[in-house]
Amino acid sequence: MSENLGAAVREICQACGNNRVRMMDIVRAVQAKFGCVCGEAMDLIAKEVKAHRVEVQSVVSFYSFLSDRPKGKIVIRLCNDVIDQMHGADRVEQAFCEELGIRVGETTADGRITLEHAPCIGMCDQAPAALVNDVVVTQLSADGARELSRELKQHMTPQKLVRTYGDGNNAHELIRAMVHNNLRGPGPIIFGPINRAEALSKALSMSPAEVIRAVKTSRLRGRGGAGFPTGMKWEFTRGAKGERRCVICNADEGEPGTFKDRVILTERPDRVLAGMTIAGYAIGADEGILYLRGEYAYLRPFLEDVLQKRRQDGLLGNNILGKGFDFDIRIQMGAGAYICGEETALISSCEGLRGDPKNRPPFPAQKGYLERPTVVNNVETLCAVTKILEHGPGAFAEHGTSGSSGTKLLSVSGDCSRPGVYEVEFGMSLRDVLRLVGADDAAAVQVGGPSGQMVGPADYDRKIEYDDLATGGSVMVFGPQRNVVEVVDKFLEFFVEESCGYCTPCRVGNVLLKERIEHILAGKGEPTDLEYLQELGETVKTMSRCGLGQTSANPVLTTLKNFRGAYEQLIPGPSNGFQPTFDLAAAVGDAEAVIGRKSEHAHA
Amino acid sequence: MANNGKPKLATTSLAGCFGCHMSILDIDDRILKLVELIEFDKSPVDDIKEFTGQCAIGLLEGGCCNEENVEILRKFRRHCDILISLGDCAIMGGIPAMRNNIPLQECYAEAYLNGPSVYNPAGQIPNDPELPLLLNRVYPCHEVVKIDYHLPGCPPPADTIWEALVALLSDKPVDLPYELVKYD
Amino acid sequence: MSDMIQITIDGREIEAQPSQTILEAAQNKGVYIPRLCYMKGLIPHGSCRICTVMVNGRPQSACTTPVAPGQVVENNTDKLMALRKNIIEMLFVEGNHYCMYCEKSGNCELQALAYRFGIAAPKYPYLFPQRDVDASHRDVLIDRNRCILCGRCVRSSRDVDGKHVFEFVGRGPEKRVAINAEAKLSDTNLEVRDAAVEACPVGAILKKRVGYAVPVGQRMYDHEPIGSDVEAGAAK
Repeated sequence: MSENLGAAVREICQACGNNRVRMMDIVRAVQAKFGCVCGEAMDLIAKEVKAHRVEVQSVVSFYSFLSDRPKGKIVIRLCNDVIDQMHGADRVEQAFCEELGIRVGETTADGRITLEHAPCIGMCDQAPAALVNDVVVTQLSADGARELSRELKQHMTPQKLVRTYGDGNNAHELIRAMVHNNLRGPGPIIFGPINRAEALSKALSMSPAEVIRAVKTSRLRGRGGAGFPTGMKWEFTRGAKGERRCVICNADEGEPGTFKDRVILTERPDRVLAGMTIAGYAIGADEGILYLRGEYAYLRPFLEDVLQKRRQDGLLGNNILGKGFDFDIRIQMGAGAYICGEETALISSCEGLRGDPKNRPPFPAQKGYLERPTVVNNVETLCAVTKILEHGPGAFAEHGTSGSSGTKLLSVSGDCSRPGVYEVEFGMSLRDVLRLVGADDAAAVQVGGPSGQMVGPADYDRKIEYDDLATGGSVMVFGPQRNVVEVVDKFLEFFVEESCGYCTPCRVGNVLLKERIEHILAGKGEPTDLEYLQELGETVKTMSRCGLGQTSANPVLTTLKNFRGAYEQLIPGPSNGFQPTFDLAAAVGDAEAVIGRKSEHAHA
Repeated sequence: MANNGKPKLATTSLAGCFGCHMSILDIDDRILKLVELIEFDKSPVDDIKEFTGQCAIGLLEGGCCNEENVEILRKFRRHCDILISLGDCAIMGGIPAMRNNIPLQECYAEAYLNGPSVYNPAGQIPNDPELPLLLNRVYPCHEVVKIDYHLPGCPPPADTIWEALVALLSDKPVDLPYELVKYD
Repeated sequence: MSDMIQITIDGREIEAQPSQTILEAAQNKGVYIPRLCYMKGLIPHGSCRICTVMVNGRPQSACTTPVAPGQVVENNTDKLMALRKNIIEMLFVEGNHYCMYCEKSGNCELQALAYRFGIAAPKYPYLFPQRDVDASHRDVLIDRNRCILCGRCVRSSRDVDGKHVFEFVGRGPEKRVAINAEAKLSDTNLEVRDAAVEACPVGAILKKRVGYAVPVGQRMYDHEPIGSDVEAGAAK
């Protein structure tokens, strides 16, 4: 076994040029082959790439798809985000557990199947969903989960679980997924018809400065959520000192409730790759990286094929379209870490490191990937770029509002009759969005995912745009039957799980926020808790180092503002001087079990 | 209130070592001034076992490691206007809280069955109703009842206790100098 | 001197070299910005967040942010002091900090900051995490109960000692400092004279057999708050 491991690790490392920058690819390959990256493998990798063992361990221990202890040949990752739970993920989980005879986090006794939780896997429009290795299974029921488990035990071939394919390219021979696009409202920009070469060819006939000017004129802003002007970002990067430059496409959409990039990558990959190539030309880059979240590994063979075809057609590689521009793109797979959607964490991950965000300044535009000036753009932003080049910035800016030009893709899920992807004009009111998606009785809407804001009916006339209801695309709808404080608890669970742990306020503060929310949900809150949560939330928001911590308290802060009544209902009233959180009966429970007598004090 | 009009002071040692009480006594001759200011109520200092009435101040040494500690602490909360956590055990559990990372079963076994100095041929964990049941972990006092002031230290210096009491009894803010607030 | 940059900290004009961070520039002029993960000579980490200041109205860690002409920095404001205090309290409840028997007590930077901020007890509940102690090494021990994840040992070992004995593993609340060996600190090439041993601001990495050498009353922070030396520099 050991010899096998040694030879295999050497081969994997050599295939990656023994380059430690490719650490993610190396450890992913070892994980895939051996079901874990054990200590021995870490030693071997460290030796091959001339790193320290603990550096390898540092990376392996960071990503949830990697493990230093053996997992089953098949890993079932059941999505347990709030939307999946609303659609019965708990019942599905119970069915999996019963049928496999294990609990979540365990592996079957024969070592074949592991059951785990996963945060949002980008399938909220077809929840409950799970990943079975790389294969996506959607719209699960308890019965379905039982049947799936039985089948899997027999054939151990995840792909065989897919009986019918989804629409569009989901049925492509290189995807073959049961995933549905649920593209309900295709709009003019992202999902309009595409000519693979038009935008690129127009760009290459212009000077890089002209391309940047066109993007600036269009007033395009980043679609990931932060909304930085794209043209300005490109200009900074082009102007920064550096021998080489890099374009990274952020396809790590991990914000719960977001799945629009999944549909773009499935249906309009050429737009994304053309957008990257144009960005590369504009800033003077020779290398592009498409950072694809681990959950979307099922799209990888298809995307590699699209890349290959673009190379064959002279749209990528050396001397693109005969215009003397050299640029190529590689796909970097993620491995289960929401934080890698943060641009500097994403760069760390591309460099073969744990996905810790970097200190800013320097900004990626100055020193990014391998210290090269780097542009990181969202999938949707790059698509918009192609449209700007095809039809001109003026035509693009005619859509939307003055501060938010163009259209926005929304990923809509939750309590609505038509979940899916909608391309809407910026400036549309939330009320109109809700009407469009069939959510007339929405009691609360989380706009922008957990890191965004929870708004109620009083805010439904607000508009989807950067200066009002900004969103990276996630719109989660909650009907009157939902308890928003429970939703907040689920969001905090997500942030605790996904914090990188680098800085104190995010690492500790989110744990403390969740602790207090749990007490309130258990009926052990008191009125002063609201002030406590407010102050704690503001500390996490103000003091955290990156966007995750700066927004993770938003579920608490925005619900305290917009849904205070929901908290007040759960809080019994001022305490009598005793701490409502202290439960004597629970605290003596262990001793009662050991000693074999009931406490007189606790049960008096 | 007390018959002579003086406010009452109660003290107790919960899961503590009595070191904080030693520190109370360490105010030396100032104890004579103290009894001019207050009257001791329930306290090991005067050996009064039960509260005789409402007290102005309760001094708490030690955290809560068993059900009896909780009971006494709650009595203090009911009978005292101001509660002070005195010392690191009351504030954060202290040395007794080192067991908080060890399953209770193992704690019992170490104390009564397997400890190096244990002689227990019957191999039984005592089950006398007089012996309070342990809590699953040691709790700081402020996690069981509301606490008004914290005086850290192991023990808090006598000067710290004195200054704080004098301030409270003369309705002044408890604003201790740098040197009097230490955690060891 | 024409290269010097002017910034203001709490309304006071301060001259700084362009290569300095806000923390360094302030320090030079006798303005103490509380900090924990910062250590002179190491690449700034920006992880503890205690040195957060408002730079032109936006929160930034002073240890990682370079000075820039005309910067307006807020440091000693009630709001920032309250936020920093919260962070210090978080560090206390996150680990198991038993000051009463810790060898580092009196010389500990975390404890000293808590003293400076007048913390009698944290407002947050103690988390009492399960952490381990590795005393396998002949001369050095690591007690993770006290570790605050400042990364000073990681950076010192990597950048000063050239060894990489320590590195972070895990993420979120599970993050911890691991060692470059399968199991024990004694299996690494750590030596007692390494900078990494000296770098620990708390009692997480300790030299053996030298504890409690300085009597209470003569330790670093027994009489003067941490940062007093910096502020004394201003008075001169």
